[in-house]
Amino acid sequence: MANIAPTDAGYVPPAEVEDTELHDPQSFITKYIWSQDHKVIAIQYSMTALAVGMVALVLSWLMRLQLGFPETFSFIDEADYYQFITMHGMIMVIYLLTALFLGGFGNYLIPLMVGARDMVFPYLNMLSFWVYLLAVLVLMASFFVPGGPTGAGWTLYPPQAILSGTPGQEYGIVLMLASLVIFIVAFTMGGLNYVTTALQGRTRGMTLMRLPLTVWGIVTASILGLLAFPALFVGGVMMLLDKVLGTSFFMPTIVELGEQLEYGGGSPLLFQHLFWFFGHPEVYIVALPAFGIVSDLLATHARKSIFGYRMMVWAILAIGGLSFVVWAHHMFVSGMNPYFGFFFATTTLIIAVPTAIKVYNWVLTLWQADIHLTLPMLFSIGFIVTFVNGGITGLFLGNVVVDVPLSDTMFVVAHFHMVMGVAPILVIFGAIYHWYPLMTGRMLNEGMGQFHFWVTFLGAYLIYFPMHYLGFIGVPRRYYELGDTTFIPESAETLNAFITVAALVVGFAQLVFLYNMIHSFMKGRKSSQNPWSSASLEWQTPQKPPVHGNWGPSLPIVYRWAYDYSVPGAGRDYVPQNLPPDQVGDTDDPQPIGGGPVPAGQAAGVMEANK
Amino acid sequence: MVVAVILILIVVGSVVFHFMSPWWWTPIASNWGYIDDTIIITFWITGTVFVAVILFMAYCVLKFQHKEGRRATYEPENKKLEWWLTGLTAIGVAGMLAPGLFVWNQYVSVPEDADVVEVLGQQWQWSYRYPGEDGVLGTSDARLIDSDNPFGVNPNDPNGQDDILVEGDDLHLPIDRPVKMLLRSIDVLHDFYVPQFRAKMDLVPGAVTFFWLTPTRTGAFDILCAELCGTGHHIMRGTVIVDNAAEYDEWMSEQETFAELAARAKAEEKQQAGLGTPTGDGFEKKVSLVVNEDTAKPIQ
Repeated sequence: MANIAPTDAGYVPPAEVEDTELHDPQSFITKYIWSQDHKVIAIQYSMTALAVGMVALVLSWLMRLQLGFPETFSFIDEADYYQFITMHGMIMVIYLLTALFLGGFGNYLIPLMVGARDMVFPYLNMLSFWVYLLAVLVLMASFFVPGGPTGAGWTLYPPQAILSGTPGQEYGIVLMLASLVIFIVAFTMGGLNYVTTALQGRTRGMTLMRLPLTVWGIVTASILGLLAFPALFVGGVMMLLDKVLGTSFFMPTIVELGEQLEYGGGSPLLFQHLFWFFGHPEVYIVALPAFGIVSDLLATHARKSIFGYRMMVWAILAIGGLSFVVWAHHMFVSGMNPYFGFFFATTTLIIAVPTAIKVYNWVLTLWQADIHLTLPMLFSIGFIVTFVNGGITGLFLGNVVVDVPLSDTMFVVAHFHMVMGVAPILVIFGAIYHWYPLMTGRMLNEGMGQFHFWVTFLGAYLIYFPMHYLGFIGVPRRYYELGDTTFIPESAETLNAFITVAALVVGFAQLVFLYNMIHSFMKGRKSSQNPWSSASLEWQTPQKPPVHGNWGPSLPIVYRWAYDYSVPGAGRDYVPQNLPPDQVGDTDDPQPIGGGPVPAGQAAGVMEANK
Repeated sequence: MVVAVILILIVVGSVVFHFMSPWWWTPIASNWGYIDDTIIITFWITGTVFVAVILFMAYCVLKFQHKEGRRATYEPENKKLEWWLTGLTAIGVAGMLAPGLFVWNQYVSVPEDADVVEVLGQQWQWSYRYPGEDGVLGTSDARLIDSDNPFGVNPNDPNGQDDILVEGDDLHLPIDRPVKMLLRSIDVLHDFYVPQFRAKMDLVPGAVTFFWLTPTRTGAFDILCAELCGTGHHIMRGTVIVDNAAEYDEWMSEQETFAELAARAKAEEKQQAGLGTPTGDGFEKKVSLVVNEDTAKPIQ
């Protein structure tokens, strides 16, 4: 069981299955466009997600301009504003964060980290990307239809989502729902692949308890997605029927502008339950990959094994499981049966325990470490600050009675941006700075990276930390403008203007990051084979960047977990997962073994096991 | 060094901001001071954790930063420490949850003697209905709503005849009397939100939701809609005036009942239609269709 302790390093079970066959590309098109290579698909996913993320960034600027300087920009009216916030929210949560973590990092890293040549179902993997792209295009099309995109809020609550008081109720909402349904189809194909590959595609010696936490995080998130997205699928289809065919799944008797509508008998709360049955696991679909990745970044750049690996794995699984029984904490003031509050507040606060354990273990990993303040490490530290901050405000909102005054205020906006916006995005950046050399063979520019980190981290903290206090005053969210009130002081308007300026600056820093990615791709410093001296398997491929099939003639054999840093007695401060035990004491750079000729004994072992 | 200092500054800055900034909750005007107390407990527990974790990290960054020849300690786990931290966290969580659930129990237990007031939300205005002298609201149904019966009160229900209807005017509540707010919407979701009351609840079309409070301070307070309800969401405002008993009774005596309103509407209709037009049967036909239906049941 205790596969992680150094005492059992070197144990390798016999191979159980044969090496996989590959779908080698035949032409430029099958290599870069209709590619079945998980690495190409990962890049395609990531580029699409970042592109659509830029749209969300511009939308956030526009909405902040309106909030910070109301009655200044005549080109933003109420309908525009609600369309901006809706599209910003949906793009960020689904089309950027989910797609980038799972379709991007999941695709790139899972096969490399588990020692597989590719995903288990490469063709399905390819389809997953193209269907995702279709979902993005359908969503973007809603900007160009009469009435524009939906302005129903990213939660899309009926009845208003499909009634005339809401912008985009003509076509925008239809395209939004259609796009979500298509996205779920794409995700299902990808998600099945990620889970199956991690379970079935692991190389010899890669036991479950030797997997890097990145894989644990992404795979658990994929399982959550496979179980949670169907609820959104059902809700989306039902609302489409309500809108297009006039059914009444979510529509009660409604008098709109003095006129009785044809609807009757449906339940608006039913949609909210379906939405949040998906929506809360969705938070962890974004958070768990970030948890996993940041664990690996911290360990690698602190040259220390992740603290409490087994506890970390169990915490990921516990959080994943609990995330399915907390959804109605988004509905404490929705008018659902108030006695639900007792149950959902309790489950929600229980989830804080495994989450806190993860935080402790991250900072304890830094204890007596050898901390290299590289860009990935800086972003990881930034993640811990923002995640702890956003996590503890979750304890306010999860504790039912505290939620009552704070729900639907700017406190909520500040909370979820800190915890599932800023924190995971800092991990994404850290991960890009960390794995960019593997993906391109070049390093990202350090100076631009430092600028990007400090402006993003401090700027985002300045945006969202004070925003909580607007919520305390009672400033409601989703307000086009505050207008005259008796309780909001003038100074709150000043704070709003300050937040807007900070948001514009932070947004600008992202453009520097994009420039850095493009610039370094062509002119960046060439990376060494393993620039961070990482012990995990993805850095041990024979070619950098890894080529199709990843491992050359023979698959790597894994002898230990991914966190053997600063092992006493080892020749160097890291021991790659695939370094044979007899070479651990060597002091020269370990060679990438996957590419070399297969040692005679090991090859025999493979063949025997296959008989 | 720089990183550690910035981390410390973030902690110090956050704590100073918390205590020094002018932005804090509005002075309370209801019995829900318990909610504020729970927030304060939560602030202390979570604030301590935040400060401790970030300062610990700052210390590590300062103390264990890479130097030539430095090597990390190899300590993959420490069961004892991990269980201690788990236990302490569980205690902290229980320390917030227990008062939270205790207060929630009060929030969902409406006092027996509470007055009843109905809030009706629609895009984008608030209206109010009081039960009148009998203390009982008449039954209602969104299908009965028309220009003469904006609340959809069942005209055949004797309890509804003396209901007081308030449209386009302020909500009045008497001070120090518990009141159960029954919430109805006739179109989309809304949320009845008065920051000084702390309490809020969504209005859900097709259902009647509720919360209760006891106003503890006289004055006029803003009512806002706190659930996105379309382009006019931000202008869906109202005012609630908390009166002392005498002012409240005086205001109440000036209001019109449902029966008075209906009679006036009928009279106007007669006047406009002239002689020979059958009167009033639009009303009765609709009622006969829905006589056994009561979609607007309170959730309890």
